[in-house]
Amino acid sequence: MSILRRRKGTENKKTEPEYEEFNDENKKSNGSSRRLRRRRWSCMDGCCWFVGCICSIWWFFLFLYNAMPASFPQYVTEAITGPLPDPPGVKLAKEGLRAKHPVVFVPGIVTGGLELWEGHQCAEGLFRKRLWGGTFGELYKRPLCWVEHMSLDNETGLDPSGIRIRPVSGLVAADYFAPGYFVWAVLIANLARIGYEEKNMYMAAYDWRISFQNTEVRDQTLSRIKSNIELMVASSGGKKVVIIPHSMGVLYLLHFMKWVEAPGPMGGGGGSDWCAKHLKAVMNIGGPFLGVPKAVSGLFSAEAKDIAAARSMAPSFLESEMFNFQTLQHVMRMTRTWDSTMSMIPKGGDTIWGGLDWSPEEGHECNEKKPKNNTTQTAESDRTRKSDNATRVKYGRIISFGKLVADLHSSEIERIDFRDALKGKSHANSTCRDVWTEYHDMGIGGVTAVADYKVYTAGSVLDLLHFVAPKLMKRGSAHFSYGIADDLDDKKYEHYKYWSNPLETKLPNAPGMEIFSMYGVGIPTERAYVYKLSTAGDCYIPFQIDTSAEGGSKSPCLKGGVFHIDGDETVPILSAGYMCVKGWRGKTRFNPSGIRTFVREYNHAPPANLLEGRGTQSGAHVDIMGNFALIEDIIRVAAGAAGEDLGGDKVYSGIFKWSERIKLKL
Amino acid sequence: MAAILRFRKLCFLEPVKSFEKPKNDEKQSFEQHPEIERVLEKPKSKKTKKQPKEWRCLDSCCWLIGYLCTSWWLLLFLCNFLPGLRVPEAPGVRLKRDGLTALHPVVLVPGIVTGGLELWEGRPCSEGLFRKRLWGGSFTEIFKRPLCWLEHLSLDNETGLDPPGIRVRAVPGLVAADYFAPGYFVWAVLIENLAKIGYEQKNMYMAAYDWRLSFQNTEIRDQALSRLKSKIELMYVTNGYKKVVVVPHSMGVIYFLHFLKWVEAPPPVGGGGGPDWCAKHIKAIMNIGPAFLGVPKTVANILSAEGRDVAFVRAIAPGLLDSETFGFQTLQHIMRVCRTWDSVVSLLPRGGETIWGDLNRSPEVENICYTSKARYLQSSSKESNGNDTDARRSFHVKELPRYGRIVSFGKEKSELPSSQLSIIDSKEFVREEGASRNSNTSCGEILSEYDEMSRKSIKKVAENDAYTARTALDLLRFVAPKMMKRAEAHFSHGIADDLDDPKYAHYKYWSNPLETKLPDAPDMEIYCSYGVGIPTERSYVYKLSSSDKCKSIPLQIDSSAYGSDNGCLKGGVHFVDGDESVPVVSAGFMCAKGWRGKTRFNPSGISTYVREYQHKAPASILEGRGMESGAHVDIMGNVALIEDVLRVAAGATGAELGGDRIYSDIMKMSERINIRL
Repeated sequence: MSILRRRKGTENKKTEPEYEEFNDENKKSNGSSRRLRRRRWSCMDGCCWFVGCICSIWWFFLFLYNAMPASFPQYVTEAITGPLPDPPGVKLAKEGLRAKHPVVFVPGIVTGGLELWEGHQCAEGLFRKRLWGGTFGELYKRPLCWVEHMSLDNETGLDPSGIRIRPVSGLVAADYFAPGYFVWAVLIANLARIGYEEKNMYMAAYDWRISFQNTEVRDQTLSRIKSNIELMVASSGGKKVVIIPHSMGVLYLLHFMKWVEAPGPMGGGGGSDWCAKHLKAVMNIGGPFLGVPKAVSGLFSAEAKDIAAARSMAPSFLESEMFNFQTLQHVMRMTRTWDSTMSMIPKGGDTIWGGLDWSPEEGHECNEKKPKNNTTQTAESDRTRKSDNATRVKYGRIISFGKLVADLHSSEIERIDFRDALKGKSHANSTCRDVWTEYHDMGIGGVTAVADYKVYTAGSVLDLLHFVAPKLMKRGSAHFSYGIADDLDDKKYEHYKYWSNPLETKLPNAPGMEIFSMYGVGIPTERAYVYKLSTAGDCYIPFQIDTSAEGGSKSPCLKGGVFHIDGDETVPILSAGYMCVKGWRGKTRFNPSGIRTFVREYNHAPPANLLEGRGTQSGAHVDIMGNFALIEDIIRVAAGAAGEDLGGDKVYSGIFKWSERIKLKL
Repeated sequence: MAAILRFRKLCFLEPVKSFEKPKNDEKQSFEQHPEIERVLEKPKSKKTKKQPKEWRCLDSCCWLIGYLCTSWWLLLFLCNFLPGLRVPEAPGVRLKRDGLTALHPVVLVPGIVTGGLELWEGRPCSEGLFRKRLWGGSFTEIFKRPLCWLEHLSLDNETGLDPPGIRVRAVPGLVAADYFAPGYFVWAVLIENLAKIGYEQKNMYMAAYDWRLSFQNTEIRDQALSRLKSKIELMYVTNGYKKVVVVPHSMGVIYFLHFLKWVEAPPPVGGGGGPDWCAKHIKAIMNIGPAFLGVPKTVANILSAEGRDVAFVRAIAPGLLDSETFGFQTLQHIMRVCRTWDSVVSLLPRGGETIWGDLNRSPEVENICYTSKARYLQSSSKESNGNDTDARRSFHVKELPRYGRIVSFGKEKSELPSSQLSIIDSKEFVREEGASRNSNTSCGEILSEYDEMSRKSIKKVAENDAYTARTALDLLRFVAPKMMKRAEAHFSHGIADDLDDPKYAHYKYWSNPLETKLPDAPDMEIYCSYGVGIPTERSYVYKLSSSDKCKSIPLQIDSSAYGSDNGCLKGGVHFVDGDESVPVVSAGFMCAKGWRGKTRFNPSGISTYVREYQHKAPASILEGRGMESGAHVDIMGNVALIEDVLRVAAGATGAELGGDRIYSDIMKMSERINIRL
């Protein structure tokens, strides 16, 4: 229905001339009867006529569309762009590859669908309908109700009373995120070409809002994954599974691998050789092993690059009370109840992400948006070439207040420690009580104290978050940890909160297993932020990204208050690649059994034209799931190939050099 | 929508003509088509009086459509925003208030036809349908590309598995059978009510399987049985070692019987769960509309691809289904496809004459034939005694229908005493290849096995006047030898003399309750829940089809055969009490007698309960398919049934539900069946 209405809007222009033409003709041919006609064609009739016209045209097109043979779009595309390459599944099926190892998908954050199982009065009629994913129709119809249902309990991080939102199960959980926006669908279709089907393909859908251990506590998701993997191994004649996690699913799988070995009741009781027996390879796609800087800005001010840009264009829009609805605050309140967002806070502190005056990516040059065709060839040399006239970006400072501060040397910055500052009491509490973010418990004193500290590195950002959102971080730190282990044999590392941190766990004892790290490169990715104090009143989030901070030609990496680095638009290369390049390479203390690791980078090439949709060579975080080269790699491994058969590492970026700079005991 | 479009097109024609002709101004064309001229004269004359007429029709069409659309949207809008119509409280809500919460995990086993099937690999004609539903949903593909659709749903004629290059698989998860088509619920209401007391995906599982395959083949091809076993074990562990409650429906009932035997049997044929698996994992089996002993409908389906509904259509419009109007012989194609589905054979009547009656007697001899009037009375007077006596009276007037004759040729033959019938031993059937019939070359592609049979041998079939449940099998073996040969490797329809005979370890006996023992699980409970009070097909009057064309099905139900006033015989079909698909005998006998107490079929004395639900037609159209329906599928929305399922899932035992609940004559019928127990 909504499509019809929208259609009406767009069609307006097309049909109006017709209408006028017909009026003109009337005037000419029968001036005398004009009055008669007008009376008979009242406004109401005209409207009806108009609606009818549009509907008929719409139906006609719909009819044509339905009658059109299914191969027509492909035919048109081929006529314009020349013959398309075979999809990898078809190509490899011709080569004789057949389904061999069962495949398990682990979706990431946000991409999995969530459906309602029990709700409050306002969610009447939505039983087993998708609240997350699909068309998001309910978001428009009843936004407050939607936010209420998507939020979790603030204290426990589990369901609020009377609400049960559960992940959609099966392949449908994350094949398409919204109609037409594929996530896993392309990969699934290609795997099906070489003989995969429901029985040897499994989507390990989980509720991505709650902390990893809570998915087991509440839904027994980890047990279910374990049982399914065991079943698939048994029913495929002992063939081990290939696991393909994406985005946050990578961390979830790390957690799973520790959980499955740990003894019950906290763990799955699979024993120390479970992974060796059941897993052939783990093919991480765009894995934020060491976290994502985006998560910090998301938690700190509920904004990322996109929202900051929207805010700068229409400053009052998001903050207005036009709809009696403070959008950002509501979003913040909702996302802050999601424990899982905290799994992606940068891990490893200053050792990994750089201190005040150094960062592993130092010397990275952001190439301006040159003609895109050239970038693919010159990008490599550009990226490695040191440029003297551009100032070195201090990526280590994940948050800095003011652009100037971001560039100064650390000795020149005056900093006042905020940790002991009094938060003060907010006097505005009474007026904006209905919107809950912890900022309302903070007075002006606290806010200025935060700003006075000026610069935060990956290590101190944690303290900052603890300061501004104590409840949230208290809940989160019971489930996640962000440090680096000194002694991995310490008994404390048996606690589940360390399981998803690759720097505080050992990989399982499975020398036959392989770990792939596959990610896109060649897209500017958020790495550090320039903040400012928000000018708006008390009810608002007191900090926001300073979108006026532009680096200009001197440091092109800074755009709209965000320092960019190479990556896949979401995950910086460092986070995605470091573990496979260095942390786990060979026999290290994080990888005692010497599991082989491979880095596979995919250089981003934007789609050549609109017809290609989201491209077959994309390197963007989600679009990479449609990258033909990546799909081919996965299919080959699923059909039995080892990492060497694929050609080992495939690297475009400076990840090896950067990794060298990180001083970590291995 | 299509209708509106067509209407619009009609309106279009006229103005277009009147538009062009005056422009041409050529007298010749007018002379050539005087009729047109005459038609055109009229509007022309009007036109001169008023404004340009050429707009009127198009305009008013547009106006009409616009008007309809707008009012439709308005209504839709109102419908969305008005507070919902007062619906009666769902049983789940009420029971939750009573303090019921989810306790035992629930496994749902769908029946034949209701489960969705989706495409995983297909021929070029099915381009773009990857992972789209071919079966279930809106069935749009039938209309778009019917032949392609039929080709993909057929199985291989020899193996009963996938044809090469085609993979159609069962949709997994709850979506497999919650709705069969949009708005037509199957399990959805039950699921929603279970959710009300706390069920969700983790303790509710839909054991979807490809219902076209024979049961053992679902394991061989898809490992469906292994998966079911693993899910039950997982749910048992993750829900605090609570046994599961299994709720199978229709054919799912015998599928689950198969599973019970499979899981205990040693590998590689079985699941290797050991003899105590069921005792350990299963609390209760709540069979809904169980087809334990088969359904007579299946015989008609295999014989001539028709049920009551099809026969009825054929009677009204004799030419429609047989015609070649669409270049497409509907029934023949359906028949060909159905005959590749092994699972259909699992629904043939089991137990032969012992259960279903012979030429003269049948267990349902006293069955009451409900006329539509009686049914109306019943629904209004709520099982009052009045209806009982009323029906009794009607029974006294009529002679006994001989239900034992499942197929009889001609109406008289179905009523004559057996001594006057000519009964030919089925061994005398000789299959003559179809040389004498229209030669195959002229018929082209062979659609059904009838094409290979000669007319003479078909006549021979009809010379045997009546077939009982046992001889009907012989008949089917004769007319559909390939199918029966393939399927009888997977199913058996007899009664075991000695259950300890090692031959019964073969999987083909596992789904037959008369040839297997129930597992050794004395604490388990078995429920037979089914609707009663709807006329259900029990036996058929056949005739030879008059058309002698090739590719036509030579046998068809004689829809002209009507009984005298009381209406047990209608349109060539004898009816008995049941739930519209499954007669009471088939659904209730095992629970009422075959397994009651300690019998040889139930050595450990599993307690059984018969729960019948009297059918009540929905009072108004607003009720949809009714809250108290007893029909085979609609019963899944029956409030009383849902309440029973919920109570058992929340921990109640059969005794707490109130034990048996019987409206039909099932106990008396069972008495009449002489079977060694």
